[in-house]
Amino acid sequence: MALSDKDRIFTNLYGMQSWQLPEARRRGNWDGTAAIIAKGRDWIIEEMKQSGLRGRGGAGFPTGMKWSFMPKASPDGRPSYLVVNCDESEPGTCKDRDIIRHDPHTLIEGCLMAGVGMGAHAGYIYVRGEYFNEGVILQAAIDEAYDAGLLGRNAAGSGWDFDLYVHRGAGAYICGEETALIESLEGKKGMPRLKPPFPAAVGLYGCPTTVNNVETIAVVPTILRRGASWFASFGRPKNSGTKVFCIQGHVNKPCNVEAEMSIPLRELIDRYAGGVRGGWDNLLAVIPGGSSTPMIPKAVCDDVLMDFDSLREQKTGLGTAAVIVMDKSTDLIRAIARLAKFYKHESCGQCTPCREGMGWQMRLMDRMVEGRAEIAEIDVLESVTRQIEGHTICALADGGVWPVQGLIRHFRPMMEERIAAYHAKKAGGSMPLAAE
Amino acid sequence: MSVAHQEPTSFTFDADSDAQIEKILARYPEGKKASGVIPLLYVAQKQMGRQTGSAWVPRVAMDAVAVRLGMAPIRVYEVATFYFMFNTKPIGRFHLQVCGTTPCWLRGSDEVLRACKDAGHLKGYGDTSADGLFTMTEVECLGACVNAPILQVDDDYYEDLDYASTVALIEALKRGERPKPGSVIGRQTSAPEGGPTTLLDIPMMAKE
Repeated sequence: MALSDKDRIFTNLYGMQSWQLPEARRRGNWDGTAAIIAKGRDWIIEEMKQSGLRGRGGAGFPTGMKWSFMPKASPDGRPSYLVVNCDESEPGTCKDRDIIRHDPHTLIEGCLMAGVGMGAHAGYIYVRGEYFNEGVILQAAIDEAYDAGLLGRNAAGSGWDFDLYVHRGAGAYICGEETALIESLEGKKGMPRLKPPFPAAVGLYGCPTTVNNVETIAVVPTILRRGASWFASFGRPKNSGTKVFCIQGHVNKPCNVEAEMSIPLRELIDRYAGGVRGGWDNLLAVIPGGSSTPMIPKAVCDDVLMDFDSLREQKTGLGTAAVIVMDKSTDLIRAIARLAKFYKHESCGQCTPCREGMGWQMRLMDRMVEGRAEIAEIDVLESVTRQIEGHTICALADGGVWPVQGLIRHFRPMMEERIAAYHAKKAGGSMPLAAE
Repeated sequence: MSVAHQEPTSFTFDADSDAQIEKILARYPEGKKASGVIPLLYVAQKQMGRQTGSAWVPRVAMDAVAVRLGMAPIRVYEVATFYFMFNTKPIGRFHLQVCGTTPCWLRGSDEVLRACKDAGHLKGYGDTSADGLFTMTEVECLGACVNAPILQVDDDYYEDLDYASTVALIEALKRGERPKPGSVIGRQTSAPEGGPTTLLDIPMMAKE
């Protein structure tokens, strides 16, 4: 059964109504906030654990558990910080944008409740630089909340002091990585830190910090209001809740939509996005969770479920739930080559395997697009991606090689055909070296 | 097309910028003023746009940021050059930022690029038109993918473009008009074309 509107958390996802406080209150935001906070920090964390919420930024780490890593008391006087990641830059992903421009009060109220849950009296929302207009709305909503006594001293009458600030980034995908984001917020280049220490011990300004995605924080008020069991009633066990999906590419009606977790991919596309262009049988492949998640061919798409565990079984992932649909007209090799260019552009340059490897991979993929390669180089490409994967400080390089691995896994014959066609056309002539 | 440019010899924050800086620095704890480096670089870039018609950050402006934040100038230079959105060379009056990443490419970003070249009289990425009106840059995913393809003009997103609508947009900019940002085909933001199929029956609380 499809999710009904009464169970949708983001009731103004499309901006049909005003984002401002009076309308947000009518949609149920800021209703009984103080009473919920009065139940206490331990209750909030327990409820979050019971809800089964897993982080919506891509990694899917259990949120309640993450909060529980924050220190209970601060023996040395260091404050704790909540940092909200709105650096949304994973190609395909555009859900947090809608939350901050259309439903900002769900996020702001969530920040307060999360602040109580992790013992933080201040929070920063790091918004990607390109979301200038969206950031202006978010700031205006925060100003409204201050004016109404919902933030600041004794926020929302809860007895908890909580300040919230917007910080704007400046165009760097890497700053979506939590420690790079912290570096950037401190006024430095966005280069990831070695872990440990983890941010919960040493984060922003050397203080205990938890970094959560916008959607993760924005679903908190509704979970605490309606109860963990309500949220957990959607989706399969360990994959629970509702989720904003970004359905795009070769579908008839691209859109964002909030649906239940574990919805079959085919139903998601057919019900909400008007189906695949030219019909389901015209489908070639889908990138199911943003650019970093390996593509899956139609045969897998036919019955795969959209959740963390189901997609992991197919050697891909739910990621940010950005569903990139590609029909049979697509040059898949070029589609992935463009992603290789993206990761090359966005590598921060700190780790050698990533700095050199992303460029190497891009150049070889560019030749694969033409077919200007040897068949054996497909294996070379595959083996180089394996040498990059897992050998860097952060996951950017992993996410950078997975799309290429997915292409080789499922569409190697297409790459071989391209090479054969090139050779047939240019019989004779010298061939370039691997990393030309 | 990289053309040698003239670096100004001085830069001073104006009253507008000073007022913004005061608000910005209030967001960060005592002794953590370095957090203001990205926001202050934006302030400088915007001021250059106001004063010269070209929104960029010259070296002397980076130095002014360093002085204001008590940072070594090199720390400001490395931030200004690490982040993509700071223009370290002069740009045209309008900054055309074409998204060419896969989600936009699947929906026809090549046509948006072609339209920018034709209507803006631009040779390719990095070029500034002879009349100084347009600079075109290829940007990585802008994060509005269900409304692809996207062209960002300065701070504004124009969505659901094709060749003809991109040309129309650029012609309007030339006439000094500023079309309303968002979907150019009249879609309700990220809802499916033709109108939302969800969120039609939202429970609302009574007015206070």
